[in-house]
Formats: sequence, C-alpha cells, structure tokens
Amino acid sequence: MNQFNRLDSYKEMVRIRQYESRILQEYHADKQPAWDIGAGLIPGEMHLAAGQEPAAVGVCAHLKKGDAITAPHRPHHFALAHGVDMKAMTAEIYGRDSGLCRGKGGHMHLFDPENHFSCSGIIAQGYPVACGQAFAFKRRSTDNVAVAVAGEGAANQGAFHEALNLAALWSLPVIFVIEDNDWAISVPKSHSTATASNADRAAGYGIPGVRVENNDVEAIFEAAGAAVDRARAGEGPSLIEIHTLRLWGHFEGDAQAYRGAELETVDERDPIPRYAKSLVDLGELTEDQIVTIAAAADAEVDAAIQFAVSSPEPKPQDALLHVFA
Amino acid sequence: MTVTDTETAARRITTAKAMAEGIGLEMRRDPDVFVMGEDVGAYGGIFGSTTDLFGEFGADRVIDTPISETGFIGAGIGAAVEGMRPVVELMFVDFYGVCMDQIDNNMAKIHYFSGGNVKVPMVLMTAAGGGYSDAGQHSQTLWGTFAHLPGMKVVVPSNPYDAKGLMISAIRDDNPVLYIFHKGVLGLGWMTNNPRATGHVPEDPYTVPIGKAAIAREGTDVTVATISLSVHRALDAADELEKEGISIEVLDLRSLVPLDREAILDSVRKTHRLLVVDEDYQSFGMTGEVITTAVEGAFDYLDAPPARIAIPDVPIPYSRVLEQFVLPDADKIVAGVKSLLTA
Ligand SMILES: Cc1ncc(C[n+]2csc(CCOP(=O)(O)OP(=O)(O)O)c2C)c(N)n1
Repeated sequence: MNQFNRLDSYKEMVRIRQYESRILQEYHADKQPAWDIGAGLIPGEMHLAAGQEPAAVGVCAHLKKGDAITAPHRPHHFALAHGVDMKAMTAEIYGRDSGLCRGKGGHMHLFDPENHFSCSGIIAQGYPVACGQAFAFKRRSTDNVAVAVAGEGAANQGAFHEALNLAALWSLPVIFVIEDNDWAISVPKSHSTATASNADRAAGYGIPGVRVENNDVEAIFEAAGAAVDRARAGEGPSLIEIHTLRLWGHFEGDAQAYRGAELETVDERDPIPRYAKSLVDLGELTEDQIVTIAAAADAEVDAAIQFAVSSPEPKPQDALLHVFA
Repeated sequence: MTVTDTETAARRITTAKAMAEGIGLEMRRDPDVFVMGEDVGAYGGIFGSTTDLFGEFGADRVIDTPISETGFIGAGIGAAVEGMRPVVELMFVDFYGVCMDQIDNNMAKIHYFSGGNVKVPMVLMTAAGGGYSDAGQHSQTLWGTFAHLPGMKVVVPSNPYDAKGLMISAIRDDNPVLYIFHKGVLGLGWMTNNPRATGHVPEDPYTVPIGKAAIAREGTDVTVATISLSVHRALDAADELEKEGISIEVLDLRSLVPLDREAILDSVRKTHRLLVVDEDYQSFGMTGEVITTAVEGAFDYLDAPPARIAIPDVPIPYSRVLEQFVLPDADKIVAGVKSLLTA
C-alpha cells in the first residue's frame, strides 16, 4: 500500500476547496440582481463538493496512470484529485471551445479519456460503466482498477445493485465509493434507505464493505488502500461508504431550509480547518504554510479561470458536430 | 364551468402554482389521490409542482421517495390498478432511461393486455426542456418519444390556466397520463423571467379537456402549430410579424396523445400554410406527425410545402451559444414564417 503523505493530502484538499470556492463566487457573481440559473459566464446547475474533499483525496492517493473513475453530478473533487487538467475542466465549465469537451458537456459531463475520467448527471449511471472499464483492464491483464463514485442517494438506484452483482460475479477490479453526505437534495438518508450503512449491503453481494466515519482523510486512505490492493491483486471488488459532509447546498441557489438545525453546525464539521489543526498540533504544518498553501492553490485556480474566460466560445454551428464518430 | 367571483377572476398565479393547486383540489375531493416522487415533500418539488401540498396533506399522502424510479413508478402502477389515483413525479423527463420499462411496457400496456379489464388511473408528471445550459441529460423534452408509444396520454400545458385544468382532467382520467411541464413555462423565480408563465387561474376546480388544441392567437396567413414553451416563442414571433403586416395563427396543441387533428386541419384549411415548431428532436417526432396530418387531410388546401423547426437531431449541448443554436426561438419562427410565405 502507498504511504500516506499528510502534507500532500492537506495541499490537495485545499486545492480542491479553493477551486470550489472560486467557482461558487464566479457562478453567483453575474447572476445579479435577479438570480437566473441560466445567466452569467457559468450557467446551468452547479453541484459543488466542498466538505467532501477527504473522500476524493483519500481514495485518489492510491490511483495511478490508467486507473479509471466514474463520478456523479458532483464531480470536481474527484476530477481534480485524479489529475484532470484544471484549465481544460474550467474552460468546459465556462462552455468554451478549449474545454475538455469543447463546451458540449459542461460541469456534469466531464470526459477526460487520458485520465480515464468521466462523470454523469444521471444518478448511478457510472456504476455499471466502471464495471466495464474494469472488465477491459482485467481482459488486457493490466493491474488497473476502476473506481465508481456516487452519493448515498444513488445506492437506491437499480444500476447500483446490478453493478455490485456483476462486479462480484466476474471478480472485477472495481472500488465502489459511496459518499454519504446525509442528504440527497432534501431527502435525508433515513427517509430513503432501509439500512443505516451501505457497507452492510456489500455482504449481500459477497464482497467486503466498510463504512468510514468522521470524514477523516487518513481513515479513508486506509480503507481505500485495502480495496485498491485487493482489486489490483485480482481478488475482486469492494465497497467503501464514506460519511462525509455537504458543506453547501445541493446545487447553487438551494436555500436548504429543509436542513434545519443541522445546518448550524456545518462549519464546525468542515474537514479542512479540522485537519489543518491536527497537523499543526502534530508539528507537521505551520500557520505560515497554511497561508502559502492557500495562496498557491489560489494562483493555480486564478490561472485556470483566466484561461477559461480568455478562451473563445465554440462556433454555434459546431453544435451539429460529434453526434457520430 | 362557472366562475363568478370577481376577486377570483382577477387572480393571477404561476403555472407551477396552478399545477400544485390542481393536485391539491383533487386530493381534498378524493382520498385515493396521493403524490410521490423525489423531493415532493417539504421541498415542494424541485420545480414547485407540489408547493404547499406537504403542509396540508402530510407525509402519508405526499411521499418523498428514494432515488428509485423503477421502484416508485412501478409502485404507482400497482396502487393505480388497485383503484388509487397516484400522481407520481419523475423529476426530469430525461431520467426516463432508468424506469422506461415500467412506463412503456407496463403502465401504458396493462389496459390493452388485460383486454380492457384493468385500468391504470395514474398521472406521471415530469419536467422537461432546456434553454438554461443544463446540458444533455437535463434539457430534453422527449414528448415525441412517449407519444410514439401506444397506451398513455401525453399532456403538455403551456400556461397556468391549462396547467390546472389539464392536471385535474389527468387525475380524473382512467388512463395513464404523462403530464410534461416545461421548466420555462412554470414561472419559477430562479429562471429567466417569463411573463407568459403567470396568468389568470380561477380558484375553483375546473377541467380542460385532454385532446383539444387551443388557438392561442388567431391569424390568417400561416398556421404555427406548436406546444409548450414554443407557444410562447410563437406568440412573440406573432407580435413581430404583425408589425410587418403578417398574421399567424398560433395553435397550442396542448396534448400529443390524443392529438387534435381536426384543429390542425381546420387551421390549415383557413391559412393554407403550416409551420410546425417543436423543442423536441426533429426526426420521427411531433413535427413529422403534424405535417403528415395536414398532408393527409388538407393536401389540396396547402399553398406551400409545410415546414418545421425542431432540434436538429443532436443531443442538447451545454454551452449557451451551442444550445441557442439548436433551440427554436422567436427569430427562427419569424424567418420560418417568411420563407413559407415566399415559397
Ligand atoms: C436517475 C436520476 N434520478 C434523479 C436525479 C435527480 N438528482 C440529482 S442529484 C440527486 C440527489 C443525489 O443524492 P446523492 O446520490 O446522495 O448525491 P449528493 O447530491 O448528495 O452528492 C437527485 C435526486 C438524477 N439526476 N438522476
């Protein structure tokens, strides 16, 4: 198993957080005074992953070139942690011709074949696809793995259960990652899921399942390491449910009235300041470093946004291209 | 229908509110009516289609479901065959892919398969349409896909009055009704302001018959047959064209199944020219069906080959410039009408 690097993990979480924070800001900046979801430089739905950085960083720390990820509608953290180019991804979110998908896909449809990364706006759609990627890796005798990521809400979709059975039946190198952020839009897990832990469901398919509490990047790293090692060794799939945190709304513009009192303690549960504090206490991070790490992340995000806004838009008639190969 | 109260006559509400009101009135009248779907409870539906229903009727009759569309749409069918009248929400019509078996191979076929012995009095309501850069899995209309499949009515309101009346008709109908509402006609505060999405709606219950088109604007030179948000676009185009002395008749089809073929023929016999506008994919869809209706039934009246504006058989792209290129709009309708007149 890989060695865990605390400082690198912290940096990567901050990098993702700065990214999401800036997109948040830019997304709302030109939707004034009348908020209109279709207006501004970044239009459409926006699902940000602030609070869920530990999941992406803890899992992706084990991935190498050639490993695949299928992510859901909330994809930025896994995309960045898996090495998707920040500039190209940002340009896609801005709908530019230089974007990952030439402006056709947008934030919910990021396709990066180089990094075997994809995401989708249809809940649980990526689970079976990860099985197919893993199938290809296995047939070609590589030791690559596929990671299928989705929220706890997605674990009630048929595709999730079919994929688990397929992966188990064919002993595929898949890691099923469930990000349990307590909410599926306005529906809490207790109103959607008959079992408290999705890890228990793994047993029904005869594969290992663990639940990681506390949004703890180090514990996530441990659990993911075991699952990735098992998959690379040809021993089959595993499931990891990560109890994480949706720091912000389901999508931008979500007033979150349904969250009630729970919302008041959200900031206290923010995993990044908490992790910074624990590293400072361990003597592995200084207050100065906290500032410089954030500044470096900011600069990278700035450059990506600059790249996006200065890139040309696609030509309108390019809408007709790429239906077929 | 009798609406006498003057206060009522003045009341203006949004399409979303009108739909929710229609459901609420039926729930009061008939204890067998209930609602289920994702975020239909306290949230009131992502697009407001169940606004205030949870507060009035509670969690037993306004049920938040897991993200298990095959499960809860199938359960809706089961409740309906036992005589209940479920109103089930599929959040976006684009999500039909995960549950189409229940919709097509079950909901729509049970009555026929049973030789008419089993009824499925269920409403499946769902949001459709693009124009706000939500990309290709959240922007389709797809009504033509459902209309192609026998056994379900397909209702697509364009304004608040029709939305309420058609909803009440749909709930009272003994057949499965797919009720598709375009996000752009709802009057949502977080979408581009659309004045046509707010209108007069009486407080009392009333029905709008399913299968009857409406003339949204009378005209003489060209018939523009369309549906949903494109009705608004056509009305905008009519205002423009009027300045140039061109009079178009805007026909709001209101439902695809049944399709009011007589209304299409009547209008074409009057104007002699037909433009069909649809925010659905062009090929094998509504535009082809409406034009065929005109050609079959009023061929001798046509002074020009019928024309159409629809999505040019590509998925809906994300980027605004790309999306606007493929969506119908008032300018395209104006140009389409003019080219029909010079044809
Ligand atoms: C098949 C399908 N059904 C419903 C939706 C609408 N939808 C988008 S996100 C979401 C909630 C997802 O919750 P979860 O899986 O827990 O992920 P989270 O948003 O919390 O990250 C829903 C219902 C969808 N996109 N696809």
